[in-house]
Amino acid sequence: MASLDSVSAAGAAGGMKARPGVLARLIRNRSALIGGSIVLVFVLMAVLAPVLPIADPFKSNFLAIRKPPSELYWFGTDELGRDQVSRLFYGAQASLLAGIVSVLIAVAIGLPFGLLAGWYGGWVDIVISRVTEALLACPFLILAIAFAAVLGPSLTNAMIAIGLSAVPIFIRLVRGQVMSVKAEDFVEGARAVGARDLRLMFRHVLPNTLSPIVVQSTLFMAQAIILEAALSFLGLGQQPPSPSWGQMLNVAKNFMEQAPWMSVAPGICIFLAVLGFNLLGDGLRDALDPKEN
Amino acid sequence: MATLIIRRFLIAIPTLFLVSLFVFALQRALPGDPFLVIAGEERDPEVIARLREIYRMDDPIIVQFFAWLGQVMQGDFGRSLRTGEPVLGLILQKLPVTIQLATASILVAVAIGIPIGILAARHKGTVVDYSASAVALSGLSIPNFWFGIMLILLVSVHLKWLPASGYESIFVHPWEAIQRLIMPAFVLGNGLAAFLMRHTRSAMLEVLRSDYVRTARAKGLDEDTVVHRHALRNALVPIITLTTLLFGELLAGAVLTEQVFTIPGFGKLIVDAVFTRDYGVVQGVVLCTAIGFILMNLLADVLYILVNPRLRTG
Repeated sequence: MASLDSVSAAGAAGGMKARPGVLARLIRNRSALIGGSIVLVFVLMAVLAPVLPIADPFKSNFLAIRKPPSELYWFGTDELGRDQVSRLFYGAQASLLAGIVSVLIAVAIGLPFGLLAGWYGGWVDIVISRVTEALLACPFLILAIAFAAVLGPSLTNAMIAIGLSAVPIFIRLVRGQVMSVKAEDFVEGARAVGARDLRLMFRHVLPNTLSPIVVQSTLFMAQAIILEAALSFLGLGQQPPSPSWGQMLNVAKNFMEQAPWMSVAPGICIFLAVLGFNLLGDGLRDALDPKEN
Repeated sequence: MATLIIRRFLIAIPTLFLVSLFVFALQRALPGDPFLVIAGEERDPEVIARLREIYRMDDPIIVQFFAWLGQVMQGDFGRSLRTGEPVLGLILQKLPVTIQLATASILVAVAIGIPIGILAARHKGTVVDYSASAVALSGLSIPNFWFGIMLILLVSVHLKWLPASGYESIFVHPWEAIQRLIMPAFVLGNGLAAFLMRHTRSAMLEVLRSDYVRTARAKGLDEDTVVHRHALRNALVPIITLTTLLFGELLAGAVLTEQVFTIPGFGKLIVDAVFTRDYGVVQGVVLCTAIGFILMNLLADVLYILVNPRLRTG
């Protein structure tokens, strides 16, 4: 729930000027280091899942239905006797993919509209801002559910729904950044030597708005992972038999008394992944914040 | 002050109009013909034709929109495609359940978030501050539906202290209602408490650095009096408005909490409607939520004007 204000603190000036020291500051930042390490572990889980010697996440074993954690099954098995460990590894793919794709959708739509609204102002800004406000008037999850209802339940549609519902956040962020950067002297200078609108927007203004967008995208990854899990938990995201952490919890809630272990591991994975992105986002914000320089 | 409040109301009108346009577009974007669902298994062409006439489906889209908007403004949010009941009636029936949960959650969030925020600000840079920040970050990262499942496992299944699910009205069976409310309110309030804690901490730090607090300290007042009588009052101004805005977040969070604790509220209504493809209800719930959210925004603005003396007299 990081506010836009705090993200905006990363500020325009943090863009180009701060760049040389960003990596060094990021490594020195404890929050970013811990967050980055957690994220890296999940990325490795997702990427290496197909090559690691783990069980087939789809293969049922009716002799091992709802087995508690043991040496053979570290996190137990589910209602169809499938190994929870391998489903968690493959579930990481769904969660990270949902995060990445929905951020890309939100940025791909939010950035140009925010740029237009902030740069041109006037009627363009009024129209885009009013539409943004209308979309922001719907709570995030309700909006995502409404989109998912229209698109139908699937992981792809959940990613589209999450991305679309985040578009207004990015429009607002980019608009604010563009409005502050376009008043800077260097933009006026570029205009004075004859640079046209498109060149000014893409060569001078846009690069200076990237820092807060990067921070917001990282923090939104955390939200997107929770939202994907939430939609899958409600049955509107990843569909069985494909694994996702939220979908695993959706099934596990029906076996709370008989197989409590089914609920524990997927939730811990969601929690850690979200925590990792939140820490990384906070660290990035500190590293890119000109006030920290 | 009155001009400011009126201006805020006027600004809300185009937003409400656009929200209704969005909800209408959403209805039109739905896959398949919703009238096939209403027409039942026989799918009698005459029934479908009659329904299309009732819903003015053969009129131009702009006419359809304004006809629908006119109905909404008269409080007619349409009917459930499944049961035929008025959507507004269904929503009003479920809303008290969610409001009860949301109110309890706000109480939990305020009771946990604000004192810890104050404590963290008073002990900035100490173990207390770092621990509070770590707890807040964890609160923001924990998926509340999973937290709910874990609480049910521990408190209901193992310890058998509280019922795992269900709903009772606080006005009918108060004791039973409280028992059933504790866990869901804690689950829903937990994330908000973390949010409030972070904001209270930064607001308090801001106020504690101000000149009048320094003057109060210079006068020899003890730290408790400085914090509670001088700093807190001003630090709470933005927190009050923020809490109002959290109601929107609560409605969204309630969707999941109600699902976990099988509470027959507003959130469960929309999820059930999505699965039964009762688009009339989905549309009504989205519109109602948006209207409620805009009104809460308005209330937050008005509260901010009322509690801020400079705006009140300006």
